[in-house]
Amino acid sequence: MPTESDILNIERDHWRFKEIVKGNIRDNLKEFISNGSILGRRGKDKVSINIPQIDTPRFRYGKKNSGGVGQGSGEPGDSLGGESGEGEGGGKAGQAPGDHELEVDIKINELAEILGEELQLPRIEPKGRKNVTSTKERYNSIRSTGPNSLRHFKRTYKEALRRQVTVGNYNPDNPIVVPIRNDMRFRSWKEEKKPETNAVIIYMMDVSGSMGDEQKEIVRIESFWIDTWLRSQYEGIETRYIIHDAVAREVDRETFFHTRESGGTMISSAYKLASDIISNEYPASDWNIYPFHFSDGDNWSLDDTDVCMALLREHILPSSNIFCYGQVVSAYGSGQFIKDLREHFSKNEQVVLSEIPGRDAIMQSIKDFLGTGK
Amino acid sequence: MGLPEPLNQQRDTIRDLALEQGLDFFETVFVLVNYRRMCEVASFEGFPKRYPHWRFGMEFERNYKLHGYGLAKIYELVVNNDPCYAYLLEGNSLMEQKMVMAHVYGHCDFFKNNYFFARTNRKMIDTTANHGVRIRRYMDQHGIDVVEQFVDACLSIDNLIDPFAPAARMEDRGDGGLEFNDDPREHQTVPRLKVDKSYMESWINPPEYIAEQRKIKEEKQQEQQRFPEQPERDIMGFLMEFGPLERWQRHILGMLREEALYFTPQRQTKIMNEGWASYWHSKMMTSGLADPDEIIDFAETHSATMATTPGQTNPYKIGLELFRDIEERWDKGQFGEEWNACDDFRQRSNWNRHLGLGREKIFEVRKLHNDVTFIDEFLTPAMIDRLDLYNYRFDPKRGQWIIDSRDPEKVRERLLFQLTNSGQPVVVVEDANYRNRGELLLAHRTDQTGLDKTYAKRTLQNVLTIWQRPVHIRTVDHRGKTIVWSHDGESFGVEKS
Repeated sequence: MPTESDILNIERDHWRFKEIVKGNIRDNLKEFISNGSILGRRGKDKVSINIPQIDTPRFRYGKKNSGGVGQGSGEPGDSLGGESGEGEGGGKAGQAPGDHELEVDIKINELAEILGEELQLPRIEPKGRKNVTSTKERYNSIRSTGPNSLRHFKRTYKEALRRQVTVGNYNPDNPIVVPIRNDMRFRSWKEEKKPETNAVIIYMMDVSGSMGDEQKEIVRIESFWIDTWLRSQYEGIETRYIIHDAVAREVDRETFFHTRESGGTMISSAYKLASDIISNEYPASDWNIYPFHFSDGDNWSLDDTDVCMALLREHILPSSNIFCYGQVVSAYGSGQFIKDLREHFSKNEQVVLSEIPGRDAIMQSIKDFLGTGK
Repeated sequence: MGLPEPLNQQRDTIRDLALEQGLDFFETVFVLVNYRRMCEVASFEGFPKRYPHWRFGMEFERNYKLHGYGLAKIYELVVNNDPCYAYLLEGNSLMEQKMVMAHVYGHCDFFKNNYFFARTNRKMIDTTANHGVRIRRYMDQHGIDVVEQFVDACLSIDNLIDPFAPAARMEDRGDGGLEFNDDPREHQTVPRLKVDKSYMESWINPPEYIAEQRKIKEEKQQEQQRFPEQPERDIMGFLMEFGPLERWQRHILGMLREEALYFTPQRQTKIMNEGWASYWHSKMMTSGLADPDEIIDFAETHSATMATTPGQTNPYKIGLELFRDIEERWDKGQFGEEWNACDDFRQRSNWNRHLGLGREKIFEVRKLHNDVTFIDEFLTPAMIDRLDLYNYRFDPKRGQWIIDSRDPEKVRERLLFQLTNSGQPVVVVEDANYRNRGELLLAHRTDQTGLDKTYAKRTLQNVLTIWQRPVHIRTVDHRGKTIVWSHDGESFGVEKS
């Protein structure tokens, strides 16, 4: 039985490496936020980030030397498929443009921590508490009974081969392997349970003609960081997406960021839909609710703006932690809406307003929204 | 800490088998570890105690992650030491452990007998642990960041050693070092004969004599300006001796150089070493070591280690096949003048002189060769064909890597290029008093293939940290024209003359 202690000598070096990586991200945080390259590289609880290389530089051959010796089938001219490995023996230097960068995985939590430290974000105190227990199935073992859909082909045949060799009816010259019932092997699962406290983020975005691609990109980047931070503060996060022009509808994440409509803008339609979702699905006593709305500040009419204010005051604000409005500057928008909100809610700390003139302003805007600690 | 009983018995059996087959090794200590420990030791390049450095942590992160994704598994790890240390992975099946132990004895035999390992430090486990203690102490004295930065700089040039330098050189490079003599008087005074009475001076040292001495001195100085007199391949050693370093820095440079020299033969014999070990695990497992009911699992595991990926070569596969081919050829007498002269296909296919020299030959090969000479001598066109080797290159039009050629001569040439100096550029110290300003000129010995600029810049920066004066490297650009890149601490670029 292993008697060695569980604390490894390598821990110190591992910690040091992670500190260097984090320091690197911290130093370049503004750039990471602005260029948005971090998006779409996101796994379940981590993201991969390219950071400037931190390996040890040594003299090596330049690009002209790229290529090498490989092994396997194929005719001259055939593609190798995929990238060829940066293996031993060097000589395969310089390939992709990102070659001088190091890809590291960082946990979303750690990323949030860096964001929190750099922007000096206060921790959020959750309101309401609901313990939902979620169950998850993990397929991580093998057993000898099960449905055919879970049959493990390779293990089954290996078992059969083993049996035939043992019994002596395996003929190497005519290697036919026939599994019988006892040879069958099936994948099997275990259930895991996990308690959660919950929050929901409702993203609303104006997709009318005046919102261009750049504006949407800004929203996309900003929502990533908002997600990241809120995820670090709550165990379970749900996100809902609403797009609107003159009418609002709920969509999935993909659609949210890639839809472009034309025509007019009725913000109230989105607020109405949001308040319906909240009252139907997320009782304020159990949920921490975060509505975010992004637009370029154009609204159809003054009448509609009044409807918006009423919806906010009566339905959305009472159940939400905070309400955040981000106004992305566009060439076509009038930018009026933020002024109206300011007029109505200037004394209300629950309403956070932020103007985002361009990518460089994203960081400040995140700070505006999340700096309230609610 | 011994092995559990079933493994212990197997170890004894395998050890006896190995000795019977003629393998000759240092006593080998097996240690059973869990996967975390295995990743740790692997990240430390086999040594349980190393000096503190983030790069080991980076390796650990990578190893541990690969395991987590199920992409790689470290079966075994052997350390060239007397006694040899080998790590076995807990939780492997008994079949796997047997195979690994047989494999390990192959490596241990290779370490002990291959000529290129003859000068390696066989007490390296102790040595690396001592290095760890020493560098930790320097960190206590001078601060972690300062020492770490210096270690980073040294690692940047740890491939710039003379790979065939006798290990004895290591002791020659004391830590006293020579200093540049900056004493201005040295340049004026010339040797005079001893004068007891001052009035005798003009008689004993007449002006003509002084003039003559001055001339001799000048000539000497001229000679000294060329320094080093011969281009120096051992850049690490050179900087250790002549760099303006503090004592602790000199020590660190020396320790890292010693470690780099220790690892060099392993890089020079990757194909042979893995081939040799695979040859023996396969031989022993299929001649009785594996129980009948284990043979299928063995076949699967073995074939996994022999698998190839596009764009890469598998040293296990190439090495194993070559050793088998050599054994067969020398058993059948398929070598020598007569064999070479024969170009009749049928005659060659049926060639068998029943010499039975195969076994003897492969033992001799494992003693005398390294990868370069091994490939050069034994990778025949027939083997290139059988091993499915090809050259590949990047096709810019298609934006893909493609198979370029299967011409045996080209494949051989390319493979040898990849193996020469472990695929790294050869760089020497050309002039340590460059431009007569004490600047350092390195020269990349090249035939048409230049250096990667980004890496050259970062590496020069690190050399500069050690040399503390501007540094330069002469290489060729992408058109094959000679250029010199310079780094003076602030800017990097093509040298302005």
